[in-house]
Amino acid sequence: MHSMRSRLAAMAGITAVLVAACSSGATPTPASPSAAGGGASAPASQAAGGSVAAGDPKTAKSAAEAGGVDAVCAAGKTEGQVTLIATPNNWANYGQMITDFQTKYGIKVQSDKPDANSQDEINQATQLAGTGRQPDIFDLGSVVAAAHTDMYAPYQPATWADIPATNKDPNGLWINNYTGFISISYDTKLGDITKFSDLKDPKYKGKVALNGDPLSASAGFNGVVAAALANGGSADNIAPGVDFFKNLTTIGNLIPVNPNDASVASGQTPIVIDWTYNQGGLISTLAPKGITWKVVVPSDGPPVAAFYNEAINKDAAHPAAARCWVEYVFSDAGQNTWLKGFALPVRLQAMQKAGTVDAAALAAVGAPATPPVQLTQAQTDTATTYLKANWKFITIPG
Amino acid sequence: MTEPTVGAPGQPTAQTAGLASGGAGSRRFRGARNYLALIPFHLYLAVFLILPTLIVAIGALTTKDGRPTLDNVSVLFTDPTIVDAFVYSIQLSIATAIAGAVLGGLLAWAVARGKPNGLLRQFVIAASGVLAQFGGVMLAFAFLAAFGFNGLVTIFLRDTLHLDLLTDATWIYGFAGLTIVYTYFQIPLMLIVFLPSLDGLRQEWYDASASLGGSSGSFWRHVGGPILAPSFLGALLLLFTNAFSAYATAAALISQGSPLATLQIAASLQSEVVVGRENVGKALALGMIVIVSVVMVIYALIQRRASRWVR
Repeated sequence: MHSMRSRLAAMAGITAVLVAACSSGATPTPASPSAAGGGASAPASQAAGGSVAAGDPKTAKSAAEAGGVDAVCAAGKTEGQVTLIATPNNWANYGQMITDFQTKYGIKVQSDKPDANSQDEINQATQLAGTGRQPDIFDLGSVVAAAHTDMYAPYQPATWADIPATNKDPNGLWINNYTGFISISYDTKLGDITKFSDLKDPKYKGKVALNGDPLSASAGFNGVVAAALANGGSADNIAPGVDFFKNLTTIGNLIPVNPNDASVASGQTPIVIDWTYNQGGLISTLAPKGITWKVVVPSDGPPVAAFYNEAINKDAAHPAAARCWVEYVFSDAGQNTWLKGFALPVRLQAMQKAGTVDAAALAAVGAPATPPVQLTQAQTDTATTYLKANWKFITIPG
Repeated sequence: MTEPTVGAPGQPTAQTAGLASGGAGSRRFRGARNYLALIPFHLYLAVFLILPTLIVAIGALTTKDGRPTLDNVSVLFTDPTIVDAFVYSIQLSIATAIAGAVLGGLLAWAVARGKPNGLLRQFVIAASGVLAQFGGVMLAFAFLAAFGFNGLVTIFLRDTLHLDLLTDATWIYGFAGLTIVYTYFQIPLMLIVFLPSLDGLRQEWYDASASLGGSSGSFWRHVGGPILAPSFLGALLLLFTNAFSAYATAAALISQGSPLATLQIAASLQSEVVVGRENVGKALALGMIVIVSVVMVIYALIQRRASRWVR
């Protein structure tokens, strides 16, 4: 843990540059729903429009409109609860985020289906609509976020001006909240791993796992992208990444098991390719079990990033509490909480300028020297077409 | 789940029971009253079987905007990944149904031969009741923790006995591994559904066969075999559908490539990389319903044949 801190600390200085680069043109735009999305989204204006009573915190489009953050959160306290979904405690430090929010505003947080993925969040909102149990807040991957802009209520938190224009919908339907990098996370008992090519070592036979099928999970998908970049591919050509995993399968190093906390703790998946903010949370939970868990961003290619997006369900049962939650996660305290969970928050650059960033947390996260790559929707579509035809190999042994 | 044993030897079918009771005059009234009593059952069928099937069928044949289309269903025949997934699912289901039926049938026979209320019988039946439900993530995890590359048994064999039996066992994560894991719940299920048929096989029949000069072989060929064959085949088909519809075990063991029909459905509903394929998922589900329906028709034909000698 200490060695990682000192090593990554050296890279921390360039993080500001990185985050600026992160936001380059790869974010979803409601006006151009993804091709893969089947063109299902209604125009953003539909959700953004409608006449609302000025000053009502339940429908306000910004804190100012409702009379300030305190007014929004007071209304939220009256509602009593905010319902989250897909926010596991050790994912991007959501455990602390939830505890701190409850303490500060006295609003109970109901965290449902922690292991759901982005599409599940949308499915749950549709299936539970009107029951009062539907999620108030979404935390979505960009592909899913772009395909369902008709389901969000527009809202601009008080810190709106700090968020770069490329990282948000102009009306506040969705806002980039945090990103991580694809990492190789492993038990240090296995030796030293710093790059993708290290994983070909015969001693790692049966030890490497990728988090999720690349055609289903964003982590698995970007893991293949990162491997492609490390092996001569590009954002437009992920074939070398598929070949890399094909090779790992042939030599027996890659196992198709889905890694989770239990499989890591029991030693079934001692090397995991996954987001930094997902694996960073395991460091403290595994330490008492005698496992030194190390999270490294592979050095043989540029880092791969993908922002998640915060959005308010327009059918939220607790609309004011939902707006209060958005205020909190985009506040200095909320952004620093994500940073402590190995997730780079969207306001990092502004907070560094203002000196409000948690320096120790930033030093622990760090980032590699090259600017990160984030796939555009068109590049994602090309990659998934290739994956559909070429990813099956793993599944047809014996 | 034990429905296929309804036609077990010695039990009159509902049909014959109905014919035996009531005079001709009261039949109409009795029929109406019987129908009333069935309403809760029909409601249950409507809500939990017919309605979901309709939702799946309608979704499979429409676009996201609700316009009719055959695009979703055509995927079943044109997308090689999905065709492969169905073939793989069917192969796996056949393999595990046969393995489960043979091993479970032998176990059931051993139990049926034992003392009627003996400890072995009680223990095996109780254990089977539990183990038939021991599927999903728990089973996959237990299997990997024991036999995986870093599993307890693997490491014990390697470090203590110096045997490399499982050290290179990549087959655990493929077809062979899935087959073995599935038999964990197929064998107990076979025992539960097949044991009543074996119990129905009476000692008197064997004695009668022997008193007429029949050998053990001719008893099984002419009496035991024909009586048990329909319920054995029925159980085999039940095991097939049980494996065909299994999801959680495979999902926990193989998270890459979605090689089975059920895993493809999950991928089409949950993917956060390729979105908007919900109705393709419903088309896949429709494909599974068709296959299970075919199996059920075969099952009904077998049952009709089985009930012939009961009358």
